[in-house]
Amino acid sequence: MVTDGKFVIEVKNLTKSYGKNEVLKGIDLQVERGTMLALLGPNGAGKTTTVRILSTLLNFDGGTVLVEGHDVRAEADEVRRVIGLTGQSAAVDELLTGRENLVMMGQLYRLTADSSKARAQELLEEFDLVDAAERPVKTYSGGMRRRLDLAVSLIATPPVIFLDEPTTGLDPRSRLAMWDIINNLLAAGTTILLTTQQLEEADQLADRIVVIDGGKVIAEGTPTALKSKVGKDRLELTFLDGDSFGRAISALGQDVIDSDAKDFSATLGIQETNSDVKRALDTLAQAGIAVQAMAVHKPTLDDVFLSLTGRPKPTEATEGQLIASQARI
Amino acid sequence: MPAKLVFDNRPRAVLALNDSLLMIRRSCTHIIRNTDQLLGTFFQPIMFLVLFALVFGGAISKALPQGISYLNFLMAGIIVQTVAFGSTTTATSVANDLQKGIVDRFRSLPMNNLAVLNGHVVSDLLRNGISTLVMLLAGLVIGFRSGASVIDWLLIAGIILLFTLAFSWLSAIVGVMAKSIEGVQWLMFVLVFPLTFASTAFVPSEGMNPILKVFAVNQPITQVIEAVRALMLGRPIGNYGWLAAAWSVGILVVAVPLASWLFRRRTSN
Repeated sequence: MVTDGKFVIEVKNLTKSYGKNEVLKGIDLQVERGTMLALLGPNGAGKTTTVRILSTLLNFDGGTVLVEGHDVRAEADEVRRVIGLTGQSAAVDELLTGRENLVMMGQLYRLTADSSKARAQELLEEFDLVDAAERPVKTYSGGMRRRLDLAVSLIATPPVIFLDEPTTGLDPRSRLAMWDIINNLLAAGTTILLTTQQLEEADQLADRIVVIDGGKVIAEGTPTALKSKVGKDRLELTFLDGDSFGRAISALGQDVIDSDAKDFSATLGIQETNSDVKRALDTLAQAGIAVQAMAVHKPTLDDVFLSLTGRPKPTEATEGQLIASQARI
Repeated sequence: MPAKLVFDNRPRAVLALNDSLLMIRRSCTHIIRNTDQLLGTFFQPIMFLVLFALVFGGAISKALPQGISYLNFLMAGIIVQTVAFGSTTTATSVANDLQKGIVDRFRSLPMNNLAVLNGHVVSDLLRNGISTLVMLLAGLVIGFRSGASVIDWLLIAGIILLFTLAFSWLSAIVGVMAKSIEGVQWLMFVLVFPLTFASTAFVPSEGMNPILKVFAVNQPITQVIEAVRALMLGRPIGNYGWLAAAWSVGILVVAVPLASWLFRRRTSN
């Protein structure tokens, strides 16, 4: 059932159109066994379409898609046996309890009833859902639903997992909990394809990142390599007056990558947040310069887009993020 | 460390059947957990029966053949009307599954996807069976009497079940094609309401508008009602029995493959 190939997921020149609307214009992807690939891009880039094709849910027009060596079209059933899918909307049954959902899905994965029950119990414990196990899912919070949804896709411990924006709409705590779970999966040797709109999420979790936009791959590499393309973290300092601003610029010297004399503000490029910020502040303290305000900025998807395409992220994506951030509130 | 997983290695056909059983159990659990629907299953039939019997009974009984009470006449009609409306639940359930994204989950599993439809249709059959029994009991309480034999009752059950199954599959088609849940409910109402009222469910066809009467006496629901009515009242069944069966089987032959085809098409694009 499992091939020895190096690549668990292999996608070559994948194309898909809805009528005249070309959604995927020749995507290439390769995911090595036991690693995570993050598909990073704005709304409408083709992330969900790609995941739906890879998980046998959607037909495509051209190219080849192999999962564990099986063609997703010709051997859909073989593919379904080795994959788990967690989509954007929690695909669990609202009227069944958490446990009932898990046991049922396990049996539909072709586990025996006993094996499915035992595995369900394990997952309920692992995902901190034991107390809620006998309650209908409609009483669950958003974070609990997502956890259950992910647990359901793990019921038969598939070697390949697709996570389609698993943290969109979650509050920061639930998001961190989800990251922990995902890291545990990776540690257990699972191969994961994750889609996200957040550079930070891709950076935190993935071994490799593929940036897609408008149905095409526009960049790919390790998070570090990609971030170095994008630019460093930035420290922004604001000073009280022109005098301290002028003295600070000369004290900080080459670290300053941008400055604005009108606002008395300076921007420093930094590599290691802790040590570089401390060094900058120490320098200023020695020179007796007071800092009025400071902030550290990490590169975002917007920065990625700006540096890779020379244009800001599509407006549609901005709206998407807006909705996502409102949902979090 | 996860426990060792044991996979079910029975033949493919057995597993496909098992998928349907799992989906039937799921849909039946929905019946019990969905309290609003449960009220519909138990109280709506009683309400219809009692209201029709008490409101129209006096006026309509004058148009009935000698010796037949309106309640005894009404029983077949109200049962068929109730299961016809009851079968629209399949449309709502199927549309609901498609909207909520759970069908995507099912489709990413190595299961037989049509089991989802089977589950809703069969649980609908069960729920309508319960509604029918509730109505018969309520009818007995307010004075319904029948001289039908056990064999007659088995035939009645068979005709009603076959009809419910056929209508549930029709309903599944609407559910698969629907864009929204509200749309489904409205569409099913528009389809089923005229069919059940332009029939002999509540009044004999004699007094109807002549054009409407041609439709009313020939449409499937009337055949089913008249077959059940004849068996309940111990009157000659004539052509109604086989016409009722033929309509139901005919609908099934078209609706089952069509619903399945539409379901596959809807979910893979």
